[in-house]
Amino acid sequence: MTIAETQQEIISEFSMFDDWMDKYNYLIEMGKDMPKIDERFKTNNHLISGCQSRVWLHSELKEGKISFTADSDAVITKGIVNLLIRVFSGHTPEEVLEANTDFIDQIGLKEHLSPTRSNGLVSMLKQMKLYAQVYKLKQDN
Amino acid sequence: MTKFTAGDMLDLRAQFPALHQNVYGKPLVYLDNAATTQKPQSVIDRIVAYYSNENTNIHRGVHYLSHQATEAYENARISVARFINAAEAHEIIFTRGTTESVNLLAGSLKQFLLQQGDSVLITGMEHHSNLVPWQQVCFQNKAKLLVAKLTDKGEIDLEQFSQLLAQKPKLVAITHISNALGTINPVKEMIHMAHEQGIPVLVDGAQSVAHTSVDVQDLDCDFFVFSGHKMYAPMGIGVLYAKTDWLEKMPPWQFGGEMVDQVSFEETTFNRLPFKFEAGTPNVAGVLGLEAAMKFIRQYDMKSIETYENGIVQQALEMLQTIPGMRFIGEAAHRAGVISFVVDGTHPTDIGTLVDKMGVAVRTGHHCAQPVMTRFDVPGTVRASFALYNTEEEVEKLVKAVEKAVNMLR
Repeated sequence: MTIAETQQEIISEFSMFDDWMDKYNYLIEMGKDMPKIDERFKTNNHLISGCQSRVWLHSELKEGKISFTADSDAVITKGIVNLLIRVFSGHTPEEVLEANTDFIDQIGLKEHLSPTRSNGLVSMLKQMKLYAQVYKLKQDN
Repeated sequence: MTKFTAGDMLDLRAQFPALHQNVYGKPLVYLDNAATTQKPQSVIDRIVAYYSNENTNIHRGVHYLSHQATEAYENARISVARFINAAEAHEIIFTRGTTESVNLLAGSLKQFLLQQGDSVLITGMEHHSNLVPWQQVCFQNKAKLLVAKLTDKGEIDLEQFSQLLAQKPKLVAITHISNALGTINPVKEMIHMAHEQGIPVLVDGAQSVAHTSVDVQDLDCDFFVFSGHKMYAPMGIGVLYAKTDWLEKMPPWQFGGEMVDQVSFEETTFNRLPFKFEAGTPNVAGVLGLEAAMKFIRQYDMKSIETYENGIVQQALEMLQTIPGMRFIGEAAHRAGVISFVVDGTHPTDIGTLVDKMGVAVRTGHHCAQPVMTRFDVPGTVRASFALYNTEEEVEKLVKAVEKAVNMLR
């Protein structure tokens, strides 16, 4: 599935929710279900700054594709992080760099993307793109 | 001055336009008053009136408007002096807020009071605004920052405080009411203890002026700082109160227009008090708004405001207590309208995010007091903070919202 297809899939999942509670319950479930990050990566080096909750993000390049894992001490943040991972993990650095993130607006979580919001989603996205950038540079060299 | 009762509430709430709005389709329950309070119509009207009819620069003009505005500004200084019972109007220095007041003081005192090897004593519950400026001037002057410890209940350990006083710090800087714990510190007693050793005391009144009567002469504090915006006044206006003796000794902190007497290229002599500390064009509208806010508060007897707010806080504490896993951070015997809590098995930001969706505005995080969070070993707290317009019904909504959030999160 391409990044755009996954985003479309998420948009249609969210379109089924009638109210904010359903939506947040879903995010909370996704937060709880998220695959655990390897404990050895839960270090300050992997910590994303600018978050009220702590978010650790790790990435690896496997056969040309980026694999992201993450964790957070706040479960809603974790749910949102899980969405991002579902969208971006398993894709090439170019694909991650080119992808837009309009789907977040479309599923009604735009408020979490505002740069002034301190849940770190913006920093998280930046960090994911940064990893992709670094992998791309390494590949190009 | 009338007694303030729950019966006044409808009329009083009606005076705050911002309280009458829906967020996410639900009536706003505003419980972030320790960050900033909403403004009554009288304060908003005062600012509009100033810019509509009275706007001009003050102190220098010979024209009619300038005379009027200067008089209004200086009368407001007298009102502020009365509000905190300062002995003289010139002991009131207008600033941008508490943070600037502390910076002014730190920037001035470091020039003559603080030498290498000296120390400044603060407490473990200070807001960053009353911590970082002292820490930084201590760095600059190679002085030491001493910190009075907190007990598990979030009170200052007075015995240890007294031991630290024996080290003869040059200044004691303490908060009147903790913005993160709600603790009301026994400032009068602490000032007395410091004065017995000949040490001056700064009291950070940001969280206290709107909620309890402040009498700087009775407290006998040397310095008292507060912000307008946490007491129903506009943002961008604050006060540094200092005893005359200190203001006379203190060198100016910022330089420019207004604060000077004679200027040549060779030298400058400075204006008299209080002007030597007010460089540049002041925030006249802010000062007039502050005066209007004080007038608003003074309609009521302060003691009865305190009693009413205490009732709301007690109700909130009792009701929140019934939520399983509820843990209050700050359980001082003597406490104000700030309730900080965590709920086992949940993260404060998750609770904040969910109750926001239910129309309840609380704050989550470290509340600009990171050392307090470290002391109590929490990543942050949920903080509900109250003002005189909050109702019992709003407390019930808060508790229901938190309950619902916790159920969703567990």
